[in-house]
Amino acid sequence: MSTLLEVSGLVKRFGGHHAVDGATFAVAEGSITGLIGPNGAGKTTCFNCIAGSLSPDDGRISFAGEEITGLPPNAIFRRGLTRTFQIPQEFAAMSVLENLMLVPLGQAGENLWESWLRPRRVAVQEREIAERARATLALVELDGQAQQYAGNLSGGQRKLLELARALMSEPRLILVDEPSAGVNPTLTLRLLELIRSLCESRDITFLVIAHDMDLIARLCESLVVMTGGRVLTEGDPRSVLEDRRVQEAYLGSQYR
Amino acid sequence: MDIYAGELPALIALAGGLNWTVGFLTTVAILGILVLGLNIQWGYTGTINFGVVAFFMVGAYTSAVLTLDPPREFESYVGGLELPVPVGWLGAMLAGAVLALAVGLPTLRLRDDFLAIATIGIATILRSIANTQEGLVNRARGLNGIPRPLQQQASDAGLDYDWVLLAIAALVLLAVYLVVHHATASPWGRVLRAIRENEETARSVGKPTANYRVQSFVLGGVVMALAGAIWAHRTGTVAPDAFDNFFTFLVWTMLIVGGSGNNRGAVLGALAVGLVWFGIPLVQEDLPDALGTRVFQVRQMLIGLMIVLFLLLRPQGLLPEEKTVSRHLRAGGRRQTRWPLFTRRRPGG
Ligand SMILES: Nc1ncnc2c1ncn2[C@@H]1O[C@H](COP(=O)(O)OP(=O)(O)OP(=O)(O)O)[C@@H](O)[C@H]1O
Ligand SMILES: [Mg+2]
Repeated sequence: MSTLLEVSGLVKRFGGHHAVDGATFAVAEGSITGLIGPNGAGKTTCFNCIAGSLSPDDGRISFAGEEITGLPPNAIFRRGLTRTFQIPQEFAAMSVLENLMLVPLGQAGENLWESWLRPRRVAVQEREIAERARATLALVELDGQAQQYAGNLSGGQRKLLELARALMSEPRLILVDEPSAGVNPTLTLRLLELIRSLCESRDITFLVIAHDMDLIARLCESLVVMTGGRVLTEGDPRSVLEDRRVQEAYLGSQYR
Repeated sequence: MDIYAGELPALIALAGGLNWTVGFLTTVAILGILVLGLNIQWGYTGTINFGVVAFFMVGAYTSAVLTLDPPREFESYVGGLELPVPVGWLGAMLAGAVLALAVGLPTLRLRDDFLAIATIGIATILRSIANTQEGLVNRARGLNGIPRPLQQQASDAGLDYDWVLLAIAALVLLAVYLVVHHATASPWGRVLRAIRENEETARSVGKPTANYRVQSFVLGGVVMALAGAIWAHRTGTVAPDAFDNFFTFLVWTMLIVGGSGNNRGAVLGALAVGLVWFGIPLVQEDLPDALGTRVFQVRQMLIGLMIVLFLLLRPQGLLPEEKTVSRHLRAGGRRQTRWPLFTRRRPGG
């Protein structure tokens, strides 16, 4: 398997605080990789740097063989890298359906001239995109909420909306930040299956942040463990989770 | 109070009579265009423009100097090109675009509040340039004798020119409404609303948001400048002092009262607030003495009161924005649009 995402020596400081402090890891194409670590380890900050929301202070990020370090988020998205947010970021005063319909690239109607000159094409595209959006909402059991304001969804539903929105583009890599937080156990299982099947059927690579060890063990083929802004270890889940250093990082030194 | 408010329009129209009403509606149509321009910027995109009057002013002056005769004795201004009025209007729209780019390009990429601050300044700066720059727009004396469209034709045909002006303003309002509606009730408008709701996330789903902000600011500026141009040709005269900052506030009130994010609301707001603004002086005698004698202060206070009350009690305005942005998704949206301007809509759809 080739490497799709490569992060090397990534540094992000907030004031004097090193939130990410030289993190280095890789994500193999076609894999589902877990990114784990205690609260404040710098996982979300890593995501923000990779997706372009923050520009790193040092280090390199390359995606599909090209360097993307410091590119703006919209440019990175266009290369096929999309992400979900740990704290859901919906477009509150827009319907759930249009939250999703916003996402696909190449919409003729997003260009004023085309929208004037090719109204037919716009209408046809809108119909297709609406259908895709409805189908995607059904995957996360939000189809009943399609016409609601996204701002009226519950916390768990917003997390589901995050994932659904990421699926509306045609990404090669999705960074998923805690997909199951606040989502009920049955649906969590379904999400797990969904991510698996998308990985297989649509060739999407996933990098997933999660705290739920059970979910991680079932989902991921490979793990990256972060603490204090650095990568502690990476490898296959079994050996990583049996690693004494990992257990210490999670459970504290009294279990030494 | 309620009954009184309900009777107000009738009372005002009665006090003003037919001529006043025709003139009033012409004014409302022009202001309606202006509010539609602000709606693109604020209602759809969340961009704050406190310099509405600057765009109005630039449109008015540009169309004036393009269509006026050359300066006579004791007058000095650029242009005086005697171009046809429609060319003046196109020139005004171009000038609106240039002003929007000049103000927007450096500031729209920065934080929202930077633009807000920048726009407050431009109206003041432009007014003082108009007042002091010799040979530009005849300084404080203003420009007079701006040609009035179709005046000759109207008198040849024996038509009352005020009605012709009303028809012109109403037609332009309709055209602008249709253009703005077509532009905004679309995937383009959806990107704007997403930017308004959450710009960072819009960027993370691939939208070049700074670019869209500039587009929306320019389109709004063009529409506002067109309103200014029509105004200039309607009154036949423009002078710097007509363009004070309270005017910007009045336009904001119209948008907020009518319903920001709703194009029909924008026009309704121009009518509702316009009625208070232009109508109150007419019913001066019906007001209690304490108010009647201070009618011009009273109407300013009323505008302030309206904006506060609406923000507190009905922030969505008289006509709230539609939940669904794209007209292709609304009731009947499955039908094909045959021609971009005339999308059939169901009532209330
Ligand atoms: N915008 C910011 N400004 C200042 N400090 C920040 C900012 N974002 C994150 N931090 C700090 O950086 C460190 C890493 O935060 P981060 O959100 O990346 O952790 P995390 O691994 O995602 O944790 P969690 O599992 O709780 O989500 C924390 O100490 C946090 O306080
Ligand atoms: Mg986090």
